[in-house]
Order: sequence, then structure tokens, then C-alpha cells
Amino acid sequence: MSFLEISLKLSEGFLYTLLIFGVTLICALPLGLLICFGSRSRIKIVSMITRAFVWVIRGTPLMLQIIFFDLGPGLVSKSLGIDFAIRSEWQHLTMVCVAFTINYACYFSEIYRGGIQSVPAGQYEAASVLGLTKSQTFFKVVFLQVVKRIIAPMSNEIITLVKDTALASVVIRLDLFTVAQNIVNKEVILWPIFYAGVFYLLFNGLLTILLGKLEKKLDYFKV
Amino acid sequence: MAFFEVSNITKSFDKTEVLKGIDFTLEKGSVLSIIGSSGSGKTTLLRCLNFLETPNTGTIKINGEVIFDAASLKSYSENDLRNCKLHFGLVFQSFNLFPQYTALENITLAPLMRLKAEKLSKEEKKQKKEEIQKKALELLDKVGLTEKADFYPCTLSGGQQQRVAIARALALSPDILCFDEPTSALDPELTGEVLKVIKDLKNTDCTMIVVTHEMEFAKNVSDKVIFMANGIIEECGTPEDVFDNPKSSITKAFLRKSEELF
Repeated sequence: MSFLEISLKLSEGFLYTLLIFGVTLICALPLGLLICFGSRSRIKIVSMITRAFVWVIRGTPLMLQIIFFDLGPGLVSKSLGIDFAIRSEWQHLTMVCVAFTINYACYFSEIYRGGIQSVPAGQYEAASVLGLTKSQTFFKVVFLQVVKRIIAPMSNEIITLVKDTALASVVIRLDLFTVAQNIVNKEVILWPIFYAGVFYLLFNGLLTILLGKLEKKLDYFKV
Repeated sequence: MAFFEVSNITKSFDKTEVLKGIDFTLEKGSVLSIIGSSGSGKTTLLRCLNFLETPNTGTIKINGEVIFDAASLKSYSENDLRNCKLHFGLVFQSFNLFPQYTALENITLAPLMRLKAEKLSKEEKKQKKEEIQKKALELLDKVGLTEKADFYPCTLSGGQQQRVAIARALALSPDILCFDEPTSALDPELTGEVLKVIKDLKNTDCTMIVVTHEMEFAKNVSDKVIFMANGIIEECGTPEDVFDNPKSSITKAFLRKSEELF
């Protein structure tokens, strides 16, 4: 394989990595907020179940969760006497995204929780005496302050997510890392795996710049 | 009949009785100062009036109409309580401006949110929006900060922030404006500008309740002074009554102490 061919193959793998990353980020950001509300809920049973769920997800390896979501439907359906095994590559990819989304949503929820708790009580009180509703208070007063407070820890998680996509290799063969590994095995050369590393590095560089810009953009106010 | 009437307000936190039955009345357009040492319950009283704390017992009347009765608390919906709150404005010790909004946006936020909930045609909404903007600018002018309309709180001094907070509290035209130690968080040279705004408001017939440690201010600006101690009103009357002829020994001791400080 020539350098160009390897570059093309890796680029294709990178697109799938990008897909997992993008889908996970877009789904996990709002889901994390929902989970955060759940764990802060005044209804005891809701907060208990949510917290237990977060504990399980954060307390077990992501790779295990990927396997669970990938094989789970097939095993459960088989024991029920129907065949629902996941076979096509796209189905695998979907389940990988589900596992990533749930895992990252749990981490995000804790970051949101910290952010929300760090907003001073005075902000809620000011909103309350001005007659704002709970949802107006959250979205119009609290939310942007939370965003500003959590950009740094969120950036950390987002960058980790880029690298964690390599874990998808346990059930799919499409992502950048798996493609690189396959080339290494087939061609018996080592450098493509480091070449793949450059893809991750450059993409994370771009993300760092973008997230830094967002942070700057919110510099106009202090919390 | 008094414009504003509070009867038998009590409030406990767990087993600590903070307010042990507060009664007072206030005439329209007059200024009430509440003084007393820390822990006497004056801030809790103010927070009860603004429903940041819910009183355990008691009623609050405005213009003879009961707007809040603790006995029927359970029958109040969240919306009812929100409407109760709108009778009062509150200016905090620590300003609590919304940092992500400009001075002007801080003032217009609540009125705009209320407008959103109303069912009006697009035309009417547009017109009301303009009115809200106009009123906010007038309020900024009232507190002397017209040129700071587009400034964010972090770029304003403490005194300026507190003046914006006063304008914000006035934006919903409350019946009674409350101040919780409005100058305690300010440098001495900045307290004057805030006290002047409050004095000016007095001339515009604004009914105000001020919890304060500024004895001079309480003496000179208020029409009525309440001295609180241990969760009850120990002394109540005109500034002359309370400051020059206090009856209770606790009041006398408090006034002596606060004079010694200066």
C-alpha cells in the first residue's frame, strides 16, 4: 500500500470516528442535562434511580458498556425466542453511539450539576422576587452562567471523547483506530498507527482552538 | 385603614423561632426603617415579605385586600405566589444583578418575560416592548445611570450596580420597595450615592421598607422606625420617638452602642 492509499483509508476511518464523536456530543449534551435534572429532582425515587444509574455507568469500563449494548439486544431477544441480533456494520455503529452517548451523558450530568450548584443563591433569589418562573430562571438567568463555568471541564471531556472513540474497535471495523490497526496487521508495518495518532492530534488541536474561542466569547461577563 | 398591613407574622427554622409575631402598618408613600442588631430577625422579616421565605403564620394586606394568608397557603398555586411577589420589590445587600446582561437588559428582563406570557397580537406586543424599553431608560435616568445602559455589571462600581438593582426592582412597579441593607456591601464613599437615590425615591411617593445599619439615614429619611430584637418589634414609632425618647431598655442599650461606634 502506498502512502496515498493509506492516507485515503485512514481519512475514511476518520470520517466514521468523526461520526461517532459528533452523534455522541450532540445527543449527550442535552441528555446529560436531563440526567442532571433527574439527579437533582426533589422526588426521592427519581433522584435515587438516576444517581444509581450514573454510579453504574461511571463505575464500569466504557468498553464493557459498548459490548453490553452491542450484544445485549441479541442475547435478550434470543432468550425470548426471537432473533434480533445486530449484524450490519451500521447497526453496530448505532449501538456504539448509544453506548457512548449514555456514558458521556452521565459524565456531562455531573459537570452540569457542579456548574448549577456553583451559581450563587442570590441569582435565584433575584429571579424569584422578579416573578420569573422556574424555567425562565433556569434558561434566562442561570444557564449561560453555568455554560461559562463548565466550559473548561467540558473541554476536557470532549477531548477525551475524541480519543475514546478508539474503543469502538471492540465491535466495529470502521473507525480510524481500527482501520490503522488493520493496516498494521496486514502490511506488517508500524508507522500507520502513529500516522493515525496525527489525525487525533490535529482534530483535538482544532477543538481546543474552537472551545478556547467559545470561552473567550463569554469573557464579556464575570460570574 | 393603612395602605400596608402585616399581622402576626411568625417564622421558625427547624426549632429556632426567628420571628415571634410581627405586626405593623405603613402608610402609602412613607418610608419605614427597620433597625436592630444582627440575628434580631429583620432580614428574615424582609424575606418573608418577598416570599423568599414562607411565613408560618400571618397575613399581609395591601389596600385592605388580603394578598397573603399563611393559613390558606396550601390553596396557593405557584402562579398565585408569583403574583403575591409582584406587590413587592427587593434590593439585595449584594446587588445580585444578572452578570450576563447589560444594565438595561437587567431592568427589562422581568417585564419582557411577563409580556411573553400575555396573549396579545404581534402589534400590541411590539408596542408594549417599546414601552418597556422606554420605561427602563427612564428608570436608569432616575438613578442617574443613563450613560451606563449598555454596560455589563462587572464594569460598574458597587454603588452603580446597586443603583441598577434599584431600577430593576422598580421596573415591575411594585407597591412596596424593600431594601435589605442596601449599603452594607459598599465602600463608605459609595454609600452616599445609593442613599441619595433612596431619598429621591421618597419624594416620588414610593412606599419603602429599608433594613439598615445606617442610623443617620434611618433618623433623617424615614417616617417610621421599627427596632427589632429577638424576633419581636421592641419599639416602633417616628424617628424622634425611637431615637430621642426610646422607652425600652433594649432599644436604649442598642442605640448607645451604635453611637459609641462613631
